[in-house]
Amino acid sequence: MAFCCLAGCGGETEVEKATSEGILIMGNSSEPKGIDPHIVSGVLENNVIRSLFEGLVIEHHSKNGEYLPGVAKKVEHDGNSTVWTFHLREEARWSDGEPLTSEDFMFSFQRILTPSLGSDYSFMLYYIEGAEDFHKGETTDFTTVGVTAPNDHTLRVKLRGPLPFLPEITKHYTWFPVPKHVVLDHGKMGEPFTDWTKPGNLVCNGPFKLKSWRINDHIEVERNPEYWDAENVGINGIRFLPINNSYTETRMFFSGQLHLTYRVPPEMIAYSAEHYPENLRTEPWIATYFIRCNVDRDAFKDKRVRKAFSMTIDQQSIIDNVTLGKQLPATGIVPAFGDYPASKQVSFNPEAARKLLAEAGYPNGEGLPDIEFLTTDQDSAKALAEALQAMWLEHLGVTIKIRQLEWTTYLDTMFKQEYDLAAGGWVGDYLDPLTFLDMWIEGGGNNRTGWSNEKFEALLDEVQKTGDKGLRYKKLKEAEELFLEERPVLPIYWYTRNYLISRDVQGWNPLILDNHPYKFLKLESAD
Amino acid sequence: MLRFIANRFLQGIIVLIALYTITFFLIKAMPGDPFTGEKNIAEETKELMREKYGLNDSVFTQYFLYLKNVFTEGSLGISTSKAHSVNEMIGQSFPVSCVLGITALLIAIAVGVPLGVASAVRQNSWIDYSSMAWAMIGICVPAFTVGPILQIFLAMKLPLFNVAGWSSPRDVVLPAITLGLVTTAYIARLTRSGMLEILSQDYIRTAHAKGLPISRVVMKHALRGGLLPAVAYIGPAFAALISGSFIVETIFQVPGMGQHFVNATKARDPFLLQGVVLFFGLLIVIMNLAADILTGLLNPRVRLTQE
Repeated sequence: MAFCCLAGCGGETEVEKATSEGILIMGNSSEPKGIDPHIVSGVLENNVIRSLFEGLVIEHHSKNGEYLPGVAKKVEHDGNSTVWTFHLREEARWSDGEPLTSEDFMFSFQRILTPSLGSDYSFMLYYIEGAEDFHKGETTDFTTVGVTAPNDHTLRVKLRGPLPFLPEITKHYTWFPVPKHVVLDHGKMGEPFTDWTKPGNLVCNGPFKLKSWRINDHIEVERNPEYWDAENVGINGIRFLPINNSYTETRMFFSGQLHLTYRVPPEMIAYSAEHYPENLRTEPWIATYFIRCNVDRDAFKDKRVRKAFSMTIDQQSIIDNVTLGKQLPATGIVPAFGDYPASKQVSFNPEAARKLLAEAGYPNGEGLPDIEFLTTDQDSAKALAEALQAMWLEHLGVTIKIRQLEWTTYLDTMFKQEYDLAAGGWVGDYLDPLTFLDMWIEGGGNNRTGWSNEKFEALLDEVQKTGDKGLRYKKLKEAEELFLEERPVLPIYWYTRNYLISRDVQGWNPLILDNHPYKFLKLESAD
Repeated sequence: MLRFIANRFLQGIIVLIALYTITFFLIKAMPGDPFTGEKNIAEETKELMREKYGLNDSVFTQYFLYLKNVFTEGSLGISTSKAHSVNEMIGQSFPVSCVLGITALLIAIAVGVPLGVASAVRQNSWIDYSSMAWAMIGICVPAFTVGPILQIFLAMKLPLFNVAGWSSPRDVVLPAITLGLVTTAYIARLTRSGMLEILSQDYIRTAHAKGLPISRVVMKHALRGGLLPAVAYIGPAFAALISGSFIVETIFQVPGMGQHFVNATKARDPFLLQGVVLFFGLLIVIMNLAADILTGLLNPRVRLTQE
């Protein structure tokens, strides 16, 4: 009896307690690298940062590709989507009560573009005129960068070309403001990892502020009373748990320790669907899984070989038997979303593939150099590699070798382009096809296939020059089709997000970018 | 005694410097660098980061500068993979690992010693066979099997504990049992073998001949000598337990030291890796010294000054 009392058996679960307190408990995969919006670049960091900081506009809570006012109460452009004016709300405050002005945005843009800060993601501001030159050190004069602050509550941004979806870009945390007065209190503008983000020091402008942070244990945020829309924030706080082990995370959910999981391991999706159908959600995510071909290697110089390998990947079979997460077969490199027409060029056609391989001079795979497939050391990566190995052997008569490397070594090897085929993937940063296409330009840091094409790049240049959405999509579509015709990468599937969510959580709607604005959530006991 | 401690202390410093040297050069030999990330960042940016962390200095400068910072400022550096100082990371995680490790050790001693004694006293009986069978299972079954089984039965089917987390005192129980299982098993086996050796000694036969009850023979005459192998093992085992376990911490979401070893290696985080290795090395040295002293106190035949 005493033991039972000690253990608290029969009492309310952590989720029940948290719901009554208005605290959302969510799994967040791992310990964040940091919470400075100008330094980090990961999904899990984004999850925390989104609760603490707010940009010029915010994600709509239920409609993909739309935005709601954030720090800016009104957004205008010059009719050509090249010069944008953001009217900042006078009531915007930092969590220490200091007013948030256009000067903070000016400081923030300069900070993230300062080379010594070492931001992974500063290229997200390259749309601004002069930003790339400043970041690359070609000038140290920030007045050459196209941002001005005519007064405390007006911010003007001049772009290098028309960009009709700039508000979509400004939802990204690289565009978030940081408090000049606090950052400079703890170091210089271009100094990374100073103490300004530590509990007790961090000052932010989002719906929540930092309450506590214990490494590898939790980050907890609480209501920010200085937030301009504080009275409409539906919950009192969020506890982010860095749960590395997805099996543990799922068990924690089943036993009432979590409102929301970061993911569900593939093996537990079927179990969850059977036993927790009201809690399991599977939603499209703007991300593509693909295989890079090293076109500098003899085996993959010929696009017919690349296409033959692509056309013998039975995507549906991989989804049904290996990944198990109801992903979607990737018929193009850009996932299906909004009114951008998804490509249908990538398909499973072994017969045509064999013909292409024979035309390339390798009938039944004879004469092909040895091929090695580089992938990570995860069990799921191995299973996928073995499935592909079997498909290529069955349909093309080609035996490939699998090379599994630990994560950092895999990245290093891939970036050095020391592979024939390499597993890869890309998560869209914003809701526009460009985020999946501009990485394949010559010398692009994430291209790493050796492939480039002048016509492809000319099309992307044309895209940068037009503010007409229809024309943009047409050019982007042409670029994507050309890319797929060349097939330097072999698309396999478009990701989905599989997660478990408590019925107590209200207002968590499917969003393809998965950038849920927390302020609209509500917690009410479903029982 | 003092000379013995001073000697062992100096030996410990040599061991630590050797450990640091090996770790430092092994890290340098690893492929990839601390700034290899999922998104390929510009070489100029990487260069700036290397400069900031002093990774552009010569290898020997880096080697001695780190040692200098450790000895003069007690600073183990700044993690390149997380926005924290290594001292802060160890400062937060070590107390957690200590609580978990001490609990695991107490469970191991509380279960292992009686099991070992009972096995030895009732050698070749069912008590002996079943105890040693359990001990063998404890050694053989890995934590990643035991942990989820405990979670499923004691946290999900019988909601006695949380599945994972570190938010209340009861959260220590399941990870401590999982972590301590192997130690329990070793202590039981070592106690048994130590006790068997002692129980065959003449002075034990004399004690029996005097008509002393078995409990008194065991407790007063045999246990002290019989525990020696287990005590010698407890020193390094304690250091290993409180330095954390990646697997147990991951299964039970414990914010301890063990994760730092693996995560730092995966992230090629030189300062975090060097820091935790040095810290762990220091623990081992201290625990070994403590075990030697304790052995000396338990067994006067071991002359500490001989070392």
